[in-house]
Amino acid sequence: TPVPSWPVRTWPWGSWGLGPRSDALFPVCPAVFQLSRKVTSVVPESCLLILLGLGLGGIVLAIAKRAEYQLEPSMFFLFLLPPIVLDSGYFMPSRLFFDNLGAILTYAVIGTLWNSFATGAALWGVKQAGLMDAGVDAGLMDFLLFGSLISAVDPVAVLAVFEEVHINETLFIIVFGESLLNDAVTVVLYKVFNSFVEMGPAHVQATDYLKGVASFFVVSLGGAAVGLLFAFLLALITRFTKRVRIIEPLFVFLLAYMAYLAAEMVSLSSILAVTFCGICCKKYVEANISRKSRTTVKYTMKTLASSSETVIFMFLGISAVDTSKWAWDTALVLGTLLFILLFRAVGVILQTWVLNRFRLTPLDRIDQVVMSYGGLRGAVAFALVILLDGDKVRAKDYFVATTIVVVFFTVLVQGLTIKPLVKWLKVKRSDHHKPTLNEELHEHAFDHILAAVEDVVGHHGYRYWRDRWEQFDKRYLSQLLMRKSAYRLKDEIWDVYCKLNIRDAISFVDQGGHVLSASRLTLPSMPSRTSMSESSVTNLLRESGSGACLDLQVIDTVRSRRDKEDAVMHHVLCGSLYKPRRRYKASYSRHFISPSTQERQDKEIFQQNMKRRLETFKSTKHNVCSAKSKARLKKDGRKKVRCVGALTCTHRASPSFLPAAAVLVAVDSDDEESDSSETEKEEDEGIVFIARATDAILQGKKASGSLDVCPSPRIIPPSPTSAERELPWKGDRGDLAVYISSETTKIVPVDMQAAWKQSISSLESVASPPGAEPGPHAKTVAGPAPEERQMMPEPRTCFQFPNPLLRSSRSQSAGSPERTEQPELQPLMAPDEHGRMSTSAGPSNSRWLIQFNRPARFSDG
Amino acid sequence: MMGDAIPAKEADHHYRIMGFCCRGSEIFTPATCTPPPPLFGVCKGGTRRVEALQHFLSKSVAFAEKLPFVCKDPTCLIVSHSQITRLYSRFTSLDKGENGTLSREDFQRIPELAINPLGDRIINAFFPEGEDQVNFRGFMRTLAHFRPIEDNEKSKDQNGPEPLNSRSNKLHFAFRLYDLDKDDKISRDELLQVLRMMVGVNISDEQLGSIADRTIQEADQDGDSAISFTEFVKVLEKVDVEQKMSIRFLH
Repeated sequence: TPVPSWPVRTWPWGSWGLGPRSDALFPVCPAVFQLSRKVTSVVPESCLLILLGLGLGGIVLAIAKRAEYQLEPSMFFLFLLPPIVLDSGYFMPSRLFFDNLGAILTYAVIGTLWNSFATGAALWGVKQAGLMDAGVDAGLMDFLLFGSLISAVDPVAVLAVFEEVHINETLFIIVFGESLLNDAVTVVLYKVFNSFVEMGPAHVQATDYLKGVASFFVVSLGGAAVGLLFAFLLALITRFTKRVRIIEPLFVFLLAYMAYLAAEMVSLSSILAVTFCGICCKKYVEANISRKSRTTVKYTMKTLASSSETVIFMFLGISAVDTSKWAWDTALVLGTLLFILLFRAVGVILQTWVLNRFRLTPLDRIDQVVMSYGGLRGAVAFALVILLDGDKVRAKDYFVATTIVVVFFTVLVQGLTIKPLVKWLKVKRSDHHKPTLNEELHEHAFDHILAAVEDVVGHHGYRYWRDRWEQFDKRYLSQLLMRKSAYRLKDEIWDVYCKLNIRDAISFVDQGGHVLSASRLTLPSMPSRTSMSESSVTNLLRESGSGACLDLQVIDTVRSRRDKEDAVMHHVLCGSLYKPRRRYKASYSRHFISPSTQERQDKEIFQQNMKRRLETFKSTKHNVCSAKSKARLKKDGRKKVRCVGALTCTHRASPSFLPAAAVLVAVDSDDEESDSSETEKEEDEGIVFIARATDAILQGKKASGSLDVCPSPRIIPPSPTSAERELPWKGDRGDLAVYISSETTKIVPVDMQAAWKQSISSLESVASPPGAEPGPHAKTVAGPAPEERQMMPEPRTCFQFPNPLLRSSRSQSAGSPERTEQPELQPLMAPDEHGRMSTSAGPSNSRWLIQFNRPARFSDG
Repeated sequence: MMGDAIPAKEADHHYRIMGFCCRGSEIFTPATCTPPPPLFGVCKGGTRRVEALQHFLSKSVAFAEKLPFVCKDPTCLIVSHSQITRLYSRFTSLDKGENGTLSREDFQRIPELAINPLGDRIINAFFPEGEDQVNFRGFMRTLAHFRPIEDNEKSKDQNGPEPLNSRSNKLHFAFRLYDLDKDDKISRDELLQVLRMMVGVNISDEQLGSIADRTIQEADQDGDSAISFTEFVKVLEKVDVEQKMSIRFLH
């Protein structure tokens, strides 16, 4: 078996001769071609490279009188092919690939088998008919061998041509996936027939045929298995490379190459090994390695692949000049050309006919034409034919010549004409328009809808199994293969969002300088409202520091406002939209995020849905909550009562009040939900405060020896609403707001104070919806959280609480943790502010208690 | 009414669907059906046969009720017999009350729907306005939105009733999920509600609000700060709705 028999050599510079030096020129060529856009828009680069190679080869031949720099099969298989295959595997849109896996496998396996046998047999028929030169000394086996090597579609050629054509993704992935996977078939067939030819057709026994079939499965599945094994190893290794960031990218290449060599050594399909290694490791590797390493891997891989490609096509051209290996036979050449085109077309049509019965979007006529016509042959065929043993395969020279002609024909003629053809047939192109926010949102909704309908229908197809796999992946594989930090990617997304936001703020300070002007604030656009505090802070930083301290990159990329908003929105949505369980769109960057967040988000969605249901349940069936039902519910468990109450309050309150209320529930009622509140704590300061405040009161109460574990209506005066209405400080709500803004403006530059105030009031107006509950709670929460936090422990003195229990609790809570918090908050406040604070302490505190009690109130009535 | 339009030859045929068979306007239970009628496994979307079936429905209301899988208009027919059988068995397995209709609770029992953020909205879409029961016909009518569009349907009668699985009907289905108050506009509040369902808790309401604003701003053309259906269609014109809102199972 010749294919795997190359020893894994050290470094074959010797056999290359001048190779390396002339090699350095090759990558320059694409750059030169890039300059002449006009040429490359018509002629694919691969064609130009081959022509260039032909020219160079001709010059060399003319000078040296003999052909130099042949495309050596060993060099091709050991050094040139792996980078290309790794690149295509690693950057394969895996979702798209697996979505179309059925079609790809069909074309790759059945199509290739059909092509090989049909072409081989037909050529043999031509030979039998006496149309070929007598010099073509070949039997059926020889022709089948030739058929096997000539029938495989070549990934390099396909990629080179199709990447420039920009056909739609589905078509591309089918043709390209086929070209990658049919390698296994080709190599196996090639090996089998080669050994048959070497044994001599007479000695081949029936068991050998069986062995041939078996070896197909062994080689292909074995190759894939080797790839998976190395993908696993690679992912595992990158998990532990935190301290060696510099060589992180190296592992990717090293292990992928090892997969290739390992598969090659044990005569398995090495192309499959690298492909699968690339596809499978990507998700984990990308999650594990640092951002810089990611960039490094990406660019190195792309660079290696395109240089290999360049070298391959140049060498093809150079090698073709060497006429010493040529033996021309017109019938053979024309017959081969005719048959490969014909049989490919027939095979595609037949298979598509079958496949279309199972596909949601059938492949239409035009697709079939492109698929048939896109079957380019390339360097793999050439390398395989060079590898033939001239002693055993006596027609080798003829085969070499024919292969060269076929490769040239497909790459040059088909490659040149496919673009006009695609245009002429109006094949659906892939359009790269920037997705708008609307599309992103609504497509998400579509996916959710479809997933739901499939669930209703009870359809467990491909998607179902993918779900199962994702479950498994999430539960075991990702845990094992990803870093802990990477596993919780959500925070990373948040970081990205924050970074963008800050950057945004900086850059529009740079742009206009009057970011916080009133006109901006009225715009219903994102940064003006949410990054308000951030931009002001960044602005401050700028002013205090050296004014020229600016990020260079920001200056470079002063984009339009709209673009920036787009980017910010995009990242927000990316990070936080629930990932549907069904997505058609494959995207590199988003893909690895979804599964890891799935479980948590499922839980989240579940809770939300259940809350909503509970709420509607309550509003419909328990509209008037009688004392009796209240009592019953209490017996059932106070948790439930308060939950329902709190939910009602959540519902009726303004939107901006939602998280606060949710946390309120989470912290004081339900232990199970505490983790969700935890995550919120990390991300939103205001919420932290609320949660703790409630906790503190709770603790106080618990400590006070009250029988009630949680604050129920009995502790609080029976009608908080009326109490609230009668509170004497009700009137100075407006003062409070003013007070807060004046407090805050201490850190806001004077010229921005007006804008700041305006923003506060605009926030408040946003926060309080027209028909909502008594507003003050929402407002106290929305605006001045930090100040209140400060006041929390003290101010109960001025709140005449009817219940003596609370008073005792106050004295207890005096030593509670809030005290200790005071020092760290001190810097925000000037010491002389204390007097003023205590005046406003009353209101805020009372509101706290009231808000805190609201659940109970709702459960009351 | 339509009865006269059906050729005698067509009307003589036996139709046997889901255990019922019929000839002319008579309906037999399988036991009384003699001689055994030829099995028309698949009512290929052919309009003739559909008309014949409609003829039955018009003749016999009782039968129409029992023949649950045929909607009154041929546009929503799901044509494959095996699919109907499977869907019907799914319907009955969901129907825990065994009264031939599904209630909201029946849907809510599906575990996957509980973790679908839009689950409740989609469940609601199954129910006609003001009702809380849906029969098999209504069930199929809703599902018919998700049938893939076949080639022969694309060119078919432009002036006839629009099939339920047309692009605009698919879009309208999605649109209705947003549009709660049915004023043919997605207002900011409605959008916010959906966003709140679809977005994780770590996004604050202000951010959500600005996302909603931005979305509306992007789609809004007439400046009413809401997305009308035409604007909705316009903004999604580049999206392959036909594919993204179709399920192969419902072929």
